[in-house]
Amino acid sequence: MATTTTTTTTPPVLPPPKRGRMRREQSLAPNYTVLGALLVFALGPLLILSFNALKDRAELGSNPLGPPLQLNFANFAEAWEVGNFAVTTRNSAVLVAGTVAAVLFLGGMAAYSLAKLNLPGAGPLTMYLLIGSSLPIQLYLVPLFFAWQRLGLVNNLFGLILIYVATNAPFAVFLLRSYMLQIPSDFEDAARVDGASEWQVFSRVVVPLSWPGFLTVGLVVALSVWNEFLLATVFLTEQHLFTIVTSYANFATRFSRDWSLTSAAALMMILPIVAIFLLLQRRFIDGLTQGGLKG
Amino acid sequence: MRTSVALPASPASRTRPQSRQVFFRKKVVPWLFVLPILLINVAVVLGPALSAVYYSMTNWSGLGPAEWVGLANFQRLAADGAFRHAFTNNVVWLAMFLTIPVGMALGAASLLAPVKRGSLFFRMALFIPYVLPSVITANLWRALLSPDRGIPAALTDLGLPGFDRAFLGSPQTVLPAIGFVDNWHWWGFLMVLFLAAMQNIPRELYESARLDGAGRWREFMDITLPGIRPTLVFMILMTTIWSFLTFDYIWILTQGGPAGASEVLAVLVFKEAFRNYNAGYASALGLTLSFFVGIVISVFVVLRRRGWEI
Repeated sequence: MATTTTTTTTPPVLPPPKRGRMRREQSLAPNYTVLGALLVFALGPLLILSFNALKDRAELGSNPLGPPLQLNFANFAEAWEVGNFAVTTRNSAVLVAGTVAAVLFLGGMAAYSLAKLNLPGAGPLTMYLLIGSSLPIQLYLVPLFFAWQRLGLVNNLFGLILIYVATNAPFAVFLLRSYMLQIPSDFEDAARVDGASEWQVFSRVVVPLSWPGFLTVGLVVALSVWNEFLLATVFLTEQHLFTIVTSYANFATRFSRDWSLTSAAALMMILPIVAIFLLLQRRFIDGLTQGGLKG
Repeated sequence: MRTSVALPASPASRTRPQSRQVFFRKKVVPWLFVLPILLINVAVVLGPALSAVYYSMTNWSGLGPAEWVGLANFQRLAADGAFRHAFTNNVVWLAMFLTIPVGMALGAASLLAPVKRGSLFFRMALFIPYVLPSVITANLWRALLSPDRGIPAALTDLGLPGFDRAFLGSPQTVLPAIGFVDNWHWWGFLMVLFLAAMQNIPRELYESARLDGAGRWREFMDITLPGIRPTLVFMILMTTIWSFLTFDYIWILTQGGPAGASEVLAVLVFKEAFRNYNAGYASALGLTLSFFVGIVISVFVVLRRRGWEI
């Protein structure tokens, strides 16, 4: 967490040129001013959301944007009940766990093959994954839906997990591959000389050595599945299968006038995400910016 | 990469079973590792994508049998006013997203790059909106933009003119309003990308520019922009692609309304497929959408082949 990766620390030796020093010290004040304003823009709405989650309905009517005068925690329990959070959280958790496990396992295998096994046909395969990842979902969504319907995979968490695995596969394979390429071959070769099978080399040598890559991919995939909206809307239409996101979409429409309730529900949904993000922000940001380029 | 180091079997010394083993280990095993995820990907992406090409030439409803209609769907599409309107909205969306978020992100990143104290904090805080689910962001802003008790109401109370309107409810303002909300969630991500690129620019370049008496603007134009060009160009490419695919925020906030004012291509595909049960026509729309994306990527590739350094 404390490691500064990017800042190229300039040696503070150069005796600053005559006007230079003054200028540099002065020049950061406008930076902080503008950044502060942007900070208000980015976090202000979330602050208002937290305020409103703590107001009762009467107070919200007279004071829709300001801080609460009286703290009221009843909204959370009510939102939890009305929003059926116990069920939707479970559904989302199943989707996230299933997808992350499968993507890491199967994607890790594919990445290992691409990075370390000299896979014959690696070029065309990479090309296929690249093209596949830039195909718009709207192209294959319609036939996919009706095919999944025929196979009984609509309104089925497993069916949606398969789709998430497929759509997240290119990103996972590429990122894991780049981590594995950094591992020197000596380790694997030593294991092979000792008679290890490729499977043992993969599971005992390469996976343990590239775990930061697995953690990064896992976080990014977990976030994207947890937040995913379009596919979850299309493929899970029965209420008992709604995810936390699709159920909130309905909830917010149903209680669109009841801001204290919708705010409390929203706050409960985002607190875990924000907490995990803050804890592991460097890994998140690295993963999301390294090629986890999604809209 | 070099597996041959471990298996130095020269052809002369190989006996038959050994060579079969080598073949298995060098050709078959690597594919066994790739196969599971490849099969899932083919079943979900490639198969349906190819069948979309077929369905786009049928009048399939999604349920019954599909009847071949040739290019009728594409003829209908060419004459469809809703399609042209949606396409125009995508272009407007593209114009908004190529300018506002890119400008904000460039500005903020270049202000944050020289900052040391609090740098991590700013980077983290400005990134937070990007990790939130779209339904939360969209519904939060729906409330905040509400004309009777949201931010516009507060600004009107302060006496500011022009805020006394339903930004999401009027056809003139709905698209920029949704763009504003989407951008709130998006620009911080862009900023962090640009910042990472800027922090790789050697500091000495700025030092020497300062010795030459260059101002902030000259520094930005002569050092920062060229220094992050690969990232900038890549994100412009991605923004262009995504602008044709945008769906979430529009669907959640207005479902394309009021009266189709915020309809974009992806919303049209969704409605035709799952509301009107015109799966054939929806496939044709989806194919056309992919065609636009393909054009964007091809232009990029061709320019690069021609020696543009992008």
